[in-house]
Amino acid sequence: MANMTPEEVKHHIKTYVMVFVALAFLTVVTVGISYLDLGVTGGIVLALIVASIKGSLVACYFMHLIDEKITIYWTLLATVAMFLVLLFLPLSTSLAQTQV
Amino acid sequence: MDIPYTVKNRPDTGLYNGKLGVWLFLASEVMLFGGLFSAYIFLRTGVDNWPMGAEYLSVPLATLNTMFLITSSVTMVMSWASLKLNDFKKFKMYAGITLLLALGFLVVKYFEYTSKFHHGYFPSTNNFLGIYFTMTGLHVLHVIGGIVVIFFYWMPGAKMWETDPGRFTNRIEIVGLYWHFVDLVWIFLFPVLYLL
Repeated sequence: MANMTPEEVKHHIKTYVMVFVALAFLTVVTVGISYLDLGVTGGIVLALIVASIKGSLVACYFMHLIDEKITIYWTLLATVAMFLVLLFLPLSTSLAQTQV
Repeated sequence: MDIPYTVKNRPDTGLYNGKLGVWLFLASEVMLFGGLFSAYIFLRTGVDNWPMGAEYLSVPLATLNTMFLITSSVTMVMSWASLKLNDFKKFKMYAGITLLLALGFLVVKYFEYTSKFHHGYFPSTNNFLGIYFTMTGLHVLHVIGGIVVIFFYWMPGAKMWETDPGRFTNRIEIVGLYWHFVDLVWIFLFPVLYLL
């Protein structure tokens, strides 16, 4: 990102606008899904898939993760691993309680 | 003595120091919000009946706020791109719009919160409202933090553009990283709290 030519920056700007349109569209999709009768599990799964796509677009293009240095990727890999532990730790506890 | 690697990349990391620092900070932020998302799952799976967000919350207002944050994210990255194109006036315009949208988010949140209090809904009312106020309250604090920093670089901090434009551009890039993270958190808070 440090040594970009003006042409490259202008190309990036076009991408930002397209990502913005995609994010706005997916926001409408997210709200639309909530009005469908998909059941609790179906609704949660679908809404989180759409949210993950939106989050990935922001991270990849606005935060430039799509062409970032390896140092950042390793930092994020460790973060994601710890985040998943944090997310599923209480779930495993509650499952263990159900089995007792 | 000058602080090293504020503009040029360090040979070992391939990044300027500020950028790596902000990414490490964001990693800690993931764990902070991750703890609260984890608490949400714990609370939700622990009961048979969990209220739908729409029973307590306004989906149209939250959708409006989502649009505010998404738009502010694109104007933030455009402000950085403007500096890359040496267009300082456009930077001021895009950063100004970002600030307005962020303030719009806070105004909507103010109306949401006061409406809840007016109806007698408080964090102590039930677990859903407890986790709602905790998660959105922490997010609002992050939005306020972002507004303070963006405002600084929009007004007094913008002087650096005249003396050290490369460093100023990098500063705007890493402020943007933080701001996009705030947007990213909201992208998940919106369906989790309001729609499910």
